[in-house]
Amino acid sequence: MTAAVEITGITKRFDDVFAVDSMDLTIDDGEFFALLGPSGCGKTTTLRMIAGLEFPTMGSLKIFGDEVGTLPPNKRPVNTVFQNYALFPHMSVEQNIAFGLKMQKVPRRQIADRVAEAIKLVRLETLERRKPDQMSGGQQQRVALARALVNHPKVLLLDEPLGALDLKLRQEMQLELKHLQREVGITFVFVTHDQEEALTMSDRIGVMNHGELLQVGTPEEIYEHPVNRFVADFIGQTNLLAGTVESSDTLCLANGVRIHADSDLEVGSRAAFCLRPERASVHPQGTVDGGRESLDGRLSEVTYLGNSIIYTVALDWMSLEVRTENHPGEERPQVGDEITVSWRSGAGSVVAE
Amino acid sequence: MLVTITERDHLEEEGSVVTPEFEKAAERAESRRGFFLALPAYAYLIVFFALPLAIVFVYSFATRNRFGGTDLSGWNLEAYRKLGEPIVRNIILRSVWLALLNTAICLALGYPFAYYLATRRPLVRNVLIILVMIPFWANFLVRNYAWRVLLGKDGFVSNVFEFVGLGSREYLFTSTAVMIGLVYGFLPFMVLPLYASVERIDDSYLEASRDLYASGWQTFRKVLLPLSMPGVVAGSILVFVPSLGAYVTPEILGGAKTTLLGSYIVTQFLTARNWPVGASLSFVLMAVMGAALIVYFRKGGRNL
Repeated sequence: MTAAVEITGITKRFDDVFAVDSMDLTIDDGEFFALLGPSGCGKTTTLRMIAGLEFPTMGSLKIFGDEVGTLPPNKRPVNTVFQNYALFPHMSVEQNIAFGLKMQKVPRRQIADRVAEAIKLVRLETLERRKPDQMSGGQQQRVALARALVNHPKVLLLDEPLGALDLKLRQEMQLELKHLQREVGITFVFVTHDQEEALTMSDRIGVMNHGELLQVGTPEEIYEHPVNRFVADFIGQTNLLAGTVESSDTLCLANGVRIHADSDLEVGSRAAFCLRPERASVHPQGTVDGGRESLDGRLSEVTYLGNSIIYTVALDWMSLEVRTENHPGEERPQVGDEITVSWRSGAGSVVAE
Repeated sequence: MLVTITERDHLEEEGSVVTPEFEKAAERAESRRGFFLALPAYAYLIVFFALPLAIVFVYSFATRNRFGGTDLSGWNLEAYRKLGEPIVRNIILRSVWLALLNTAICLALGYPFAYYLATRRPLVRNVLIILVMIPFWANFLVRNYAWRVLLGKDGFVSNVFEFVGLGSREYLFTSTAVMIGLVYGFLPFMVLPLYASVERIDDSYLEASRDLYASGWQTFRKVLLPLSMPGVVAGSILVFVPSLGAYVTPEILGGAKTTLLGSYIVTQFLTARNWPVGASLSFVLMAVMGAALIVYFRKGGRNL
């Protein structure tokens, strides 16, 4: 099977800044792929290079086996949903959606059919004659989707398409986008800085920072086995306990306490133990079962979140967060109590600094 | 203004509960304050614009007497009828043609430059805008005389033609010379509104167009040009209207065979001493300009 997008050694330099630094990435056909990272990490530049809106400084870029690195955007079988939608303000919804087909000189009859089909796909019937500025953000978003999808691109690129929507609508659209992608079966490449969005929607995620692709994997792989401190910290909530690798199953923490944790990092290298708040629990001191790793501390804060409770525990050298389900009526430790934080051996992972 | 402020204080003292009467009074005070601020400008416009205009309007219905004076009696439409005579009609047609041609040339030269301006980095952009404005710092008359030197016999243009072997050419006192002078004089009026308009267009529209399979030219035709229409209309009117009544440039660079509206009106008032015809022609010209401005505002040219 040929890959939908195959990026080999792509570099993009703006003056002396490397926006994207020798990146390799393969995106499979039919995949919902998210490029995730903080702003300025190069994810948008990568997307724009695939679209042809930016030309790589060097490297190879193939779409379904064809080298496209030097082709202008109108010669590439991809379409983009822009961050601010970029709907043409002087055209109606219908004209916006028909634009790409007209430019490709598709026969008029077919254009009408395909536009109608696209409008139905994104459920915009009855709004065909509206101008973009007469529509809500969510509706504009649908028009932008229809305008891209109507061309049956081989790859659909989405640049933070949900960024401008409010939370409720964004969550709705996340599901809708995912369904839409399954329905049309087109490869989606999606850029976002919102890790939750990436986890919810994608088949695979590529995490970027400073122009480098740090890790590519399924949401589960990335959440459970982040490759380094940055990825661990960026995806989800986490406690990172700095330390040194002593052997393949021992990590010496900053305060000298040793814990059991498997890692394949070099002995002696600096690392961090990544412990997700929901993987740990708190107990009165001295009541921890055997077979669990533990650290002693004092409870410094209790945050009530309704469905869960967050305990902030002060250790000698740092503080940890522990998240537990809220069981009403259960006795809870009080702020100031001497307690123990524990976790099942293997519940956390060791990441490179 | 002081008056209105105390008025308001007074109203507020009367009672702490806001009533529709209070709201109305406050609105009235607000609009009265606005009127006082605009008063000096109103007075100026009435004395120096509306009144003279009314006088011109009245004179256009008057009759020229045998001594070159104007009789303010026996009102008639004779002066307007005269505008249909071949001589005058030709002058009007020639002026309109030249003004249209000037507008078209300015548009063709100005649009690419405005786009270039809009896509430069801020520093380069500001330098270029200053360069566009620099001619305004020199007197208009002086600049026109400069063209006289350049285009005249043994002038720079003629010498260049001779140097490249095309033989000596002289353009002074021809329509071509007038055209060159007009384009030179009015190009900035085209460039600036176009620039303002193009600069405001978000790049992402152009990118979206390219992404949707449009070529560079198609992107210009279907997206850039329609979106910059307010600038095109504004620039065209700013060039067309004054070049229709242009006087100085045709007078200095043009010959006797190329009399235009502006010169003709001056002749009617000063030489022929036919004030009614001069007045009627002025009025028709103004009506055309007024119509053009209405088109402009209708086209959404609020953003000049």
